Amino acid sequence: MNLTCIVCPNSCELFIEKNGDKLKVSGHMCKRGIEFAENEIKAPKRVVCTTVKTNLQNTPRLPVKTDKEIPKEKIFDVMKEVNKLEVINKTKVGDILIKNVCGTEANIVATDNFLF
Amino acid sequence: MKEYDVVIIGGGPAGMAAAISAYDNEGKVLLIEREEKIGGILKQCIHDGFGLVKFNEQLTGPEYANRYIDEIKKRKIEILTETFVLKIDEKESFIMEFMNREGVQKITTKTIIFATGCRERTSKQIFIHGDRPAGIYTAGTAQYFTNILGFLPGKNCVILGSGDIGLIMARRLTLEGAKVQGVYEIKSEPSGLTRNIRQCLDDFDIPLYLSHKITRVFGKDRITGVEICQIDENFQPIPSTLKKIECDCLILSVGLIPENELIQELGIKINKFTNGPEVDNNFMSTEISGIFICGNAVHVNDLVDYVSESGEIAGKKAVEFIKNGEKTFEKTSVVFDEQFLYVVPQYYNKNTKEDLLFYFRSKNNFNDQKINIIINDYIISKKYKKLKSAEMERLTLKNDFESNLKKINLQME
Repeated sequence: MNLTCIVCPNSCELFIEKNGDKLKVSGHMCKRGIEFAENEIKAPKRVVCTTVKTNLQNTPRLPVKTDKEIPKEKIFDVMKEVNKLEVINKTKVGDILIKNVCGTEANIVATDNFLF
Repeated sequence: MKEYDVVIIGGGPAGMAAAISAYDNEGKVLLIEREEKIGGILKQCIHDGFGLVKFNEQLTGPEYANRYIDEIKKRKIEILTETFVLKIDEKESFIMEFMNREGVQKITTKTIIFATGCRERTSKQIFIHGDRPAGIYTAGTAQYFTNILGFLPGKNCVILGSGDIGLIMARRLTLEGAKVQGVYEIKSEPSGLTRNIRQCLDDFDIPLYLSHKITRVFGKDRITGVEICQIDENFQPIPSTLKKIECDCLILSVGLIPENELIQELGIKINKFTNGPEVDNNFMSTEISGIFICGNAVHVNDLVDYVSESGEIAGKKAVEFIKNGEKTFEKTSVVFDEQFLYVVPQYYNKNTKEDLLFYFRSKNNFNDQKINIIINDYIISKKYKKLKSAEMERLTLKNDFESNLKKINLQME
């Protein structure tokens, strides 16, 4: 099986062989490739980046992300939750806006400052 | 008139890095930005993947920008936002005229760093026939609408061109509930990074059609559809493959061009391969001493980390240039064979003792490719597992050559 590693811009082509329960990964330039391949086969995960509404006219959106990867199949559930949110308080990069979003153990954090 | 050592035009990643580095090397610095806030295009690039080289972390665009904004705030760097440079005169020093809310003002400066970035090719530059309705946006404009203003540019989108911003927008629009019917690329290879094909298209089952082009646009007030067809190896449409697709939005991701209008007014010529001015290893113009160019204004980079790197070098070197008082340098031209699309910098100062740094793109895709770098009488070989014309490479070389750099040749074997 072939996969393209998406961890960094090198975009390594990974070759994966199944040996019983164990996976044999080759083609990676760094060890992050092995971890990526293992996750990708068992349960693919992604970081979700999006924006939330604010109450300020001149800054109508605040960018946010999940602070860790979440299961791929939860992406649209997370989007639904995030889209319910409206930011009205001063917020700094890294501030948590939603804890444990959709039970994924990831938090929704601000990726920009919202100061006024 | 106020006097400066270094004036930087453009407050994006290149300009911010240049301002910090010039300031840290004890230059009197002014940073000029035409928008309301510094940060450049990073402000709207809310996806992650920035900073892996520089910070060894996956940051989003705003997070990456804030790392630099925080550093700028810690220093007393003078910034003028909503300020537009009108004219530059080359005298003993440079006289710069700019305009903002205070009116038209003039300053003098010993050096200027152009960190003006690049802009997108538009529909006018790719000759699509048909109507000119609303609903046709460049990928960057669609990104601005979605991420900054919070408006969805369309609900049923077609994307033309497989540049990285187009791929990123395919995912972004899908997340926000729009349908993206497909990405159509005229070339037989995608132009974006492979990782973006995987995580932006494949993850959401968005099809990528290579060797396809849009031949017509339909719609009176708002776009209602496009005509698409496959092309042959001579880029000519294959009539039997013509088909009409309904859509309410067409997004163009068809390439970026360095923005250099201002620098051209100084008489500096533009290299036809990079679309930017030619520079030496200090990112100084090879035509006018004291003018520096960095970031995407020199050549379009894939990674912001390298944009910042060039800004950092330019800022430091601008101050060194003033301190040295030397105006001209003997230069060696960087020669490369026809397998390269381009190599930056185009020149090296002969007597530089610093390590060598090259950015290049290959013309075609190669596997297990050896590159020979010939410096004077030495040949240094580097092996590349893969070279892709869509992906920029960065190459460094230790400078332990005893004599000056008389010959610099890059060849593919």
